[in-house]
Amino acid sequence: MSTITGERHVTPAGTPVTPTYGDVNRDVLATLRTPGSLYFAWMCIVGLLLTCFFLAWGYQIFVGMGAAGKRTPQMWAMYITTFVFWIGIGHAGTLISAVLYLFRARWRTSIYRAAEAMTIFAVMTAGLFPLIHAGRMWFAYFLLPYPNQRYLWPNFKSPLVWDVFAISTYLSISTVFFIVGLVPDIAALRDGSTGWRRRIYAMLALGWEGSDGQWRHYRRAYGLLAAFATPLVLSVHSVVSWDFAMALVPGWHSTLFAPFFVNGAIFSGFAMVLVLVLPMRYFFRLEAYVTDRHLDMMAKLVLVTSLVLAYFYVCELFTSWYSGDHIEKASLFWRLTRSYAWALATMYICNCVAPLILFWKPARTSPVILYIVSILVLIGMWFERFNIIVPSLGHDFYPYTWGIYVPTVTDSTIIIGSFAWFFLLFLSFIKVMPSLSVVEVKETLPPPMKDAAHGSHH
Amino acid sequence: MAATTETVVGVFAYVDTTVRALEELRAKGYHDLTVYTPVPVHEIEDVLERDRPVSRVRIFALLGGVVGLASAWILTAWTSLQWGLYVGGKPPIGLPVSPPYVVIMFEMMVLFGGVATVIGMVALARLPRFRRSSSFDPRFTNDRFGVAVHCTPGRGSSVRDILRAAGADEVRA
Repeated sequence: MSTITGERHVTPAGTPVTPTYGDVNRDVLATLRTPGSLYFAWMCIVGLLLTCFFLAWGYQIFVGMGAAGKRTPQMWAMYITTFVFWIGIGHAGTLISAVLYLFRARWRTSIYRAAEAMTIFAVMTAGLFPLIHAGRMWFAYFLLPYPNQRYLWPNFKSPLVWDVFAISTYLSISTVFFIVGLVPDIAALRDGSTGWRRRIYAMLALGWEGSDGQWRHYRRAYGLLAAFATPLVLSVHSVVSWDFAMALVPGWHSTLFAPFFVNGAIFSGFAMVLVLVLPMRYFFRLEAYVTDRHLDMMAKLVLVTSLVLAYFYVCELFTSWYSGDHIEKASLFWRLTRSYAWALATMYICNCVAPLILFWKPARTSPVILYIVSILVLIGMWFERFNIIVPSLGHDFYPYTWGIYVPTVTDSTIIIGSFAWFFLLFLSFIKVMPSLSVVEVKETLPPPMKDAAHGSHH
Repeated sequence: MAATTETVVGVFAYVDTTVRALEELRAKGYHDLTVYTPVPVHEIEDVLERDRPVSRVRIFALLGGVVGLASAWILTAWTSLQWGLYVGGKPPIGLPVSPPYVVIMFEMMVLFGGVATVIGMVALARLPRFRRSSSFDPRFTNDRFGVAVHCTPGRGSSVRDILRAAGADEVRA
């Protein structure tokens, strides 16, 4: 048997109480209690969708890529759309854990663990799509760019090869960063639990004791990792954008793409953080840690990135029009007015109009409004990638290569199933690991002082 | 065999009392201290880091970064030379064609640098540890601060007095 010690810390509604160090341990341990039936109900739904995902994937492997609705000219369609979408989602985690760490934005502490977990799981979800998209995934090792005897010599000038390096580095470094952050927290869990849980946490904590000799190296290493991860965040989605921007396809060939993609990634990532953190806050009753101020800060970031994105949309339209390039303009007007105009409209409404409500202060602290806006943003950002990929490929230089892409049941199921894969990972995570950082939350609390006159300089 | 050092542990509930104990101990000449804290605390670090060099983790980070850069350059340049993929009659490596390799060099620098930093941290902090140190207490990862003083046998009682006077909740050998 194993138990989690400590009783639930109940904060009476409407009375914000600053938690003490002991409260933090107790409340974080309480999130790891045996879950209720609602949790299992969610797990069942997720499991069911994931089963559909594997069935659809199996069908696609058996029948061939035609099952995914891919035909010329749209050989990149929903899979690459969803790949870029998930990579983008991953960006908020590292932004919160590395960039905001370096900027000493202390409000990050109570959401960064969940955001970091989200990053890793999102990149793991994204990583499925090159395999799904490439068809014969048993040749996936062909992707690895090293000189080989298969007459497949990597061209290091190709953005697709850069992408392999960027994504795998990003997954590795995010995971390393995440694990380093977890070590002292797992030590706290180890000391607060008994039985088999204690033995497992003891192994994972590497014997962490929080001595001064450990902290001084730990702190320095954490800062350095943040310094490494910060340019990495910006580089990864830039590299993903060059997968498109380096090609000559009208609608893709633009120097605007790198900052445009990075900004969009942060935007959608923050929306996903809200989608995950708001229910966590509600069900785990973490209102004392994820306060209205945190919601307000996240909402402001969503709003700012939304405005920047709107600016990029205008630039994109303007540069296409102003370029004087006939093909570019034709592609643009086709996109704006014909078969996929509805997708473009959805994108503009979800990404540029819906977040405007966050100018209104009460909306920024209302979980319901934030949740709705976040879901709309996620939909909008998925459509943004769709609009970049599918209509551009559907209307390039020669009329005989023009075409319309229609989704099939198979690829739609795989796309929906990828959300199940992500949520399976995330839901499992929040019940075995601290989804709130014990150490970093304590760091933002006033340290316990006997003599209250001291140490109020925090 | 008699123990060559004696260890006394004081358990503190507050940061200011811990700092007071540390200052007092250092003034009395006890420098072999281990301080356990649930979080890194500036006040305590200020006392401890006064005469210590900066952690050597950064050397690992630098070396890792340089090795990453170099290995990415070797991989890309060597592959280009092995498989002459001539574009526009330009040489396989050199200023007109190599800038794209910078992307790969950057990614590999981050990868190697990050991993080396963690290896450095694990090595310098002497992790993993398979046995609990005798002076550790599970409360030190929760809400208590611990000061373990390693002193010569016989000095234990005076150390205990210092710790108690500074405001320790509990003092044990």
